[in-house]
Amino acid sequence: MNFVALRMLTGDRAKYFGLVFAIAFCTFLLENQTSIFANIMRRTGSQILDVTDAEVWVMDPKTEYWDQTKALKDTDLTRVRGVNGVGWAVRLFKGNPVARTSTGRFAASFLIGLDDATLAGAPRKMLLGSWERLREPESVVIDKAGYILLFPKEPLRLDRTLEMNDHLVRIVGISDASAPFQSLPVMHTRYSEAIGFVGRERTQLSFIIVRPVPGVTPKELTARIEAQTGLRARTTKEFTGDSIRYYLKNTGIPVNFGITILVALVVGTVVAGQTFYLFTVDNLKQFGALKAIGVTNLRLTGMILLQAFSVGALGFAVGTGMAASFFELTLHKIATRGIVLMWQCVGITGACIFFVVIVASVLSIRRVLVLEPAAVFQG
Amino acid sequence: METNGYAISCQSVQKHYGEGETRIDALRGVDFEARFGELSFLVGPSGCGKTTLLCVIAGLLDRNGGDLTVLGEKPDELTDANRVLFRRKNLGFVFQQYNLLPALTAAENVSVPLLAAEVPRKQALDRAKSLLVRLGLEKRMDALPSKLSGGQQQRVALARALVHEPRIVVCDEPTAALDHATGEAVMDLLSSSAVKPDRAVVVVTHDSRVFHHAHSIARMDDGRIVEVTRPNGSHVEEVESFPKEAAL
Repeated sequence: MNFVALRMLTGDRAKYFGLVFAIAFCTFLLENQTSIFANIMRRTGSQILDVTDAEVWVMDPKTEYWDQTKALKDTDLTRVRGVNGVGWAVRLFKGNPVARTSTGRFAASFLIGLDDATLAGAPRKMLLGSWERLREPESVVIDKAGYILLFPKEPLRLDRTLEMNDHLVRIVGISDASAPFQSLPVMHTRYSEAIGFVGRERTQLSFIIVRPVPGVTPKELTARIEAQTGLRARTTKEFTGDSIRYYLKNTGIPVNFGITILVALVVGTVVAGQTFYLFTVDNLKQFGALKAIGVTNLRLTGMILLQAFSVGALGFAVGTGMAASFFELTLHKIATRGIVLMWQCVGITGACIFFVVIVASVLSIRRVLVLEPAAVFQG
Repeated sequence: METNGYAISCQSVQKHYGEGETRIDALRGVDFEARFGELSFLVGPSGCGKTTLLCVIAGLLDRNGGDLTVLGEKPDELTDANRVLFRRKNLGFVFQQYNLLPALTAAENVSVPLLAAEVPRKQALDRAKSLLVRLGLEKRMDALPSKLSGGQQQRVALARALVHEPRIVVCDEPTAALDHATGEAVMDLLSSSAVKPDRAVVVVTHDSRVFHHAHSIARMDDGRIVEVTRPNGSHVEEVESFPKEAAL
């Protein structure tokens, strides 16, 4: 009887495509919104994740997230280096100078100052040039999105100049740094250069990045650093999580996305579930005829489940395809770079659709099971 | 278990819907018998209880009183599952509105009772097609119901009722939706293909134009059988329990 169930499902093309579209649309909305939300949240910690050399971040005890820094004292670096288990520890500067081109175009930017000697924390994904050239005086590596922002519609080219805080700096590399939460150019330079490119303050040390010696885990090391220096120490993963949590807690982003996701979930699932239920109700006469003919309730239940899961699987596949196509199209746009369809979002959406299919099936099955086969004789 | 050549035997069968003030007595003690090898008609005005009696006989409705024997079995004494199996094996249905599955072709519709009985799909389809050929629908077996005329749809429905070779065929107003000529053709087909020595056919109808096909006609009114006649003109019986004033 499986083929009968499938033919009943697909026989009325308009209803069938309506069902598939309802589930596909619901899937698309859920996967799209949850993925964009998750990716935007991930962006709040993208500069932390880009630093692959170190595993531990040390900061002022009151620092809560990446964009909030209070400068440390230079002696703090020495104290951290003195903690047992530290392999190496170097400075990292973060500032927001304004970069200006010769044409007068300008933009506030993220400037990251790397340890002069080691260049630890330098971008590893270079599109043009080399991060080793940062050893040259007054040089920066800029990310591709920042370059396009400052030099729109111009080809990627090295050795162009920017003015930052009365310093004429040369672009020696173009990186593929992860997009920050704010769409600002991301620049890397040496620590000693960075503090010159930004308005001078008494202390400049934003972060100390640390790598533990072999045998000591980053988690163990953070505990030791905090105990011995009184500074805040977080692993890369913890610090990324701190930044994401800060934005979740202190901005309207989760509420806005949450409402959209909730609406998508409620509207999408109600529409999909109700459409399937109405499909069964529309076919009650047919189910009644099958019951009269002698099809058992168990078999009818199997038929409805087959119909529900077939349409659910197809709708979910189409919706996921639509979402994947959407992200593929937007992946290479500057503003939306790095925003991808996350497998976790696909999984959560799949679970939601499964739930809808189960609920719609149960309601439909109940309607068919209580149906008196004698009703088929009425008119 | 079958006795006296009766496929169906009803003794004082009662059926009511609802309770209290809303109670409607659909069957008020019906005595009815259908013999093997005969086309038994249940006739009467709308609302007299014909279809209810048919549903009780077919095991689609439970009776509230009286005694019912179908093929020597008492359907009420069967479990729900066994009653479904009994119906699947022994009964064929022809509905007034055909009730064909619109997404299935004529042949696939006919094969449904076989599929329900776990017959492999190809085998079921072959048997369905061969029956459709016998019923003159060899050129329409791949057509969807929406592409068939009313008479063709009823012939497909008839084939569906017969394909699994049931011992009882119940038909509810099989000609009601058809013009006279088509109705006659369907009844001819029913007489020639369904009536067999080991099978009983019960037809509910109020279409007097097809009465001449019947071997026996049980006339119903107000939930009772009021008269049973035979088409050769012989008056078999007048039910004694029926109040004379109600008959008037």
